[in-house]
Amino acid sequence: MRSQIEGSQAVARAVTLCRPQVIAAYPISPQTHIVESLSDRVRTGELAGCEYMLVESEFGAMSACIGASAAGVRTYTATSSQGLLFMAEALFNASGIGLPIVMTVANRAIGAPINIWNDHSDSMAMRDSGWIQLFAESNQEAVDLHVQAFRLAESLSVPVMVCMDGFILTHAFEEVDLPDQAQVDAFLAPFVPQQQLDPDEPVTIGAMVGPEAFAEVKYLMHAKQMTALDEIPEIAADFRRAFGRDSGGLLKTYRLDDAETVVVALGSVLGTIEDVVDSMRDAGVPIGVLGITCFRPWPAAEVRAALAHARRVVVVEKAFAVGAGGIVGQNTRDATRDLPLVVLDVVAGLGGRPVTRASLRGLLDDVVEDRLDPTRLHFLDLDLALVERELERSRHGRRPGPHAEHMLRDLGTVASGAFD
Amino acid sequence: MFAVRIHGRGGQGAVTAAELLSVAAFDEGRHAQAFPTFGSERTGAPVVAFCRIDDRPIRLREPVTDPDALVVQDPTLLHQVDLFAGLGPDGFLVVNTSSSFEQMGLSELIGRLSPERAVTVPATEIARQHLGRPLPNAALLGALAALTGQVSLKALCHAIRDRFPGDVGEGNAHAAEAAYEHVLETMRRTTDA
Repeated sequence: MRSQIEGSQAVARAVTLCRPQVIAAYPISPQTHIVESLSDRVRTGELAGCEYMLVESEFGAMSACIGASAAGVRTYTATSSQGLLFMAEALFNASGIGLPIVMTVANRAIGAPINIWNDHSDSMAMRDSGWIQLFAESNQEAVDLHVQAFRLAESLSVPVMVCMDGFILTHAFEEVDLPDQAQVDAFLAPFVPQQQLDPDEPVTIGAMVGPEAFAEVKYLMHAKQMTALDEIPEIAADFRRAFGRDSGGLLKTYRLDDAETVVVALGSVLGTIEDVVDSMRDAGVPIGVLGITCFRPWPAAEVRAALAHARRVVVVEKAFAVGAGGIVGQNTRDATRDLPLVVLDVVAGLGGRPVTRASLRGLLDDVVEDRLDPTRLHFLDLDLALVERELERSRHGRRPGPHAEHMLRDLGTVASGAFD
Repeated sequence: MFAVRIHGRGGQGAVTAAELLSVAAFDEGRHAQAFPTFGSERTGAPVVAFCRIDDRPIRLREPVTDPDALVVQDPTLLHQVDLFAGLGPDGFLVVNTSSSFEQMGLSELIGRLSPERAVTVPATEIARQHLGRPLPNAALLGALAALTGQVSLKALCHAIRDRFPGDVGEGNAHAAEAAYEHVLETMRRTTDA
């Protein structure tokens, strides 16, 4: 049924339809409306047969999910930002053991400086945690990816993170076609665990493994993730047959035919990029978009094939590796090794800074005219004068003091979320 | 594409207003997107919310910098926020006040807009009368509907009643209706003058 609904509420409804049996969550910021809504749905009986566990921290939430999943029940949680980082150790345990937990990450920045707004620093910090990472472009796709995520997780016995832009999607009211229970039941069979703690057939899950087999267990993790590259498109095709729309898959292409310049991005910024690309196409510029839906596992061969005819690729991403450069950019460069093209890294939208059509148009005009230095990391809309004033200030005096506070004072503002 | 920007203070319902507007537009078969600017929620702090309405699906995610219509829930924001940024000469303006634009010292700004596209509405008084509480957002939506015709009063009241069942919804719907009538009356006088 088509509804005009908040993103978080839509996802909570989708998760409800997937019939999770345990949800564990820590309710304090940085949490989402999603688990708040799910707790209501458990209380009212809309989500029957589910135990909602209120835990003492995000570390506790993921640990409870590990226990529940190992006991053989469908398990879900959601978090964001520092909450995801507080789960870090348990994330590696969930993936190392191979437990099919599904988690929503409402993408938000990582401090310091403290910042509650959207970017991809949280999920990107956990990109090597062994979880599959799927990124939603819209709330419709967020809903659809959750339905697909449970099926993917359980078919391979791996944990899946569904990443959706915090605030930009979670707090946006927009049109979503919500599936009904019969559709989801037909698509998503009841959970049959591939490993289970069962008193009648006792096993150890999470054994210590020494040098004799540790690499082999890890190798299997990698191999299983790589099989997801085959599984994900099949699930998306099944989803299309069952629900009548394209959602999920590894990549999405937009106006890529004959495109000499391709913008690579993930998440909700794709919509704005597509609008800009349309206006440039109208002006005769051969430009297209490659959206990354599945970032982990990294679909290197598919990315390479999609970019094979491009001359220049610009990766616009909402996170970066401090001291190294673009993250998606590095992966893209790796996937396109030896192809005759340049890959440019552009960091945009950090800590909630809006990525606007005007800024993107300026950037892409520069890219098309080869005005960007491919050896450098670029920052969209960077206030370089502010940086230079702070550097100049900190050159004087024995103890320059904290940059963040000085730069706020320089701007005459407090962290208010104001964007201009 | 029709883009609305709503300025209010935390607790006045700016975010809810944008959401209700999007629901009303959706119910009339259009595509709509509502979203707030996001701050640490504090009662009384300046809040901005946006709504886009279009006949095509909306994929744009940037804040509304050049609104087609501007709603000001709290006139005291005039001294704190650049309220009118990006509002073009064809823009619509609804300000919650029982004063006139002249009394507010906004004659120069209003001179740049079409006279039939800018109204003041005593939305807080209307809300007190119909709702018993000084929450102006439903009344301002009624005014916006009358001024712009982007959504019908019927769809708006339906969205309000659906979101707030019972007396709260009724009171807000009546406030929207009263403000709608107020704007139609003001426009009749403007046209006659």
